[in-house]
Amino acid sequence: MNHRPARLVLPLLAVALAGFAMSFVDAALLRERHAVRIEASHALAKRLELTDIALFTEARYTRHPSQADLHAPFQDHPLALEHFPTGSLIAPPRHEYLDRTTARAD
Amino acid sequence: MNIWIEQQRALIDFTLASLARRKARNLGLLAVYTLLVFVLASVALFSHALRHEATRVLADAPEIVLQRLVAGRHDLIPPGYLEKIGNIRGVQKMEGRLWGYYYDPVIKANYTFMVPSAGGVERGTIVIGAALERVRGLALETGISFRAYSGKLYSFVVADILPHDSELVSADLVLMHEDDFRTFFEFPAGHYTDIALAVANPQEVRNIAAKLAAALPDSRPILREEMLRTYASIFAWREGIVLAILSGAILAFAILAWDKAAGLSAEEKREIGILKAIGWETGDVIRMKIWEGVLISLTAFLVGYVAAYLHVFRGGGVLFEPVLKGWAVLYPRFQLAPEIDGLAVATLFFFTVVPYTAAVLVPIWRAATTDPDAVMR
Repeated sequence: MNHRPARLVLPLLAVALAGFAMSFVDAALLRERHAVRIEASHALAKRLELTDIALFTEARYTRHPSQADLHAPFQDHPLALEHFPTGSLIAPPRHEYLDRTTARAD
Repeated sequence: MNIWIEQQRALIDFTLASLARRKARNLGLLAVYTLLVFVLASVALFSHALRHEATRVLADAPEIVLQRLVAGRHDLIPPGYLEKIGNIRGVQKMEGRLWGYYYDPVIKANYTFMVPSAGGVERGTIVIGAALERVRGLALETGISFRAYSGKLYSFVVADILPHDSELVSADLVLMHEDDFRTFFEFPAGHYTDIALAVANPQEVRNIAAKLAAALPDSRPILREEMLRTYASIFAWREGIVLAILSGAILAFAILAWDKAAGLSAEEKREIGILKAIGWETGDVIRMKIWEGVLISLTAFLVGYVAAYLHVFRGGGVLFEPVLKGWAVLYPRFQLAPEIDGLAVATLFFFTVVPYTAAVLVPIWRAATTDPDAVMR
């Protein structure tokens, strides 16, 4: 049996630590490579006036969550439950509640 | 200094030899610990990168999108709306947008049909997103037919394919000429899906939205700020859901780790008694146990984090793909840019390394300060 197990374990720990540090270096390099792709998406979104990303295309309120209203998933029939799994995985849109003035007191 | 280093190395040697005596138990704990760090770090890295990407890509989305609601549902913008908006001071530019959804029964997927406001698509042709190209097996200059909701069949030629690099925003897009769009959907002349507005002074966006809401009571303005916030909350929600599902596993691990760290076995108590009897000081015993806690938790953190990094940014997050895909047939292929939230990594480090190391200390302090004779009995 090895009487100085630290000789084996400490270098292994150093390798893990180097791996951790390398992940940040790798991230910086990858970010540079991805910058072109992100810029292409950004330019297209600007040109086409897009409002949402195409992650969940199964229903209209998951394709464009920012354009949907709070109850969009539940409008199909009374007591409707949400059909799509995405609906439970994404949050409802965060709409602003703008003050609307009415002619008469509410 | 050298003596101190030598002393610590000796303590580490002793700790490792002691851990090796209960090899299966300690390796099992290390494996579960690493797996837990891996899952938590994967969720944190994935959500943060996706959130960051959505914010950057949509940074120049329309400042205000104006929808019209009828009986609580989204309806078309009728003629005359644009003129009414034109009278509101501060609105710099406004454009009626034409877009809608089309369900393709061939592949059971929804497409987003859209008319680019700047034009550029000839009549009878379409420009498609890269996911659509892949799933329908289309190529440039090939024809495709869609059956409209009226029942008529319309054929289009693929004039261009949107860059693969922009798949995250354009996977399911079908861009077409305005006339084709109106004919295909039998869209009434002069009507639009919604209106995109640009505002002269960005500070005034909320005021203008309030003016729009007052001038057009059946409308709903959606600000860019809301779109970005929606995406921030979508991924925070997703992160929360995964954490809620994982909370059972986290608690189970906490109990296991606490039991392992805080409850001393009779064998460990005897070991401490012997060490004290042969002349170890309380401080040495505690230092040895600190090393035990640090070695296990630091290894679990480092290995778990690096594996999570490789999984999310080099392996494309394969474990999350089934959850992300939902029921969508068209799904963009994309590799996330590694945006790492330093605070999240520091928090993960703190909550994985510190509690375990601290939990190791309490019972040891109690055992190490009692009489060796009493501990060994």
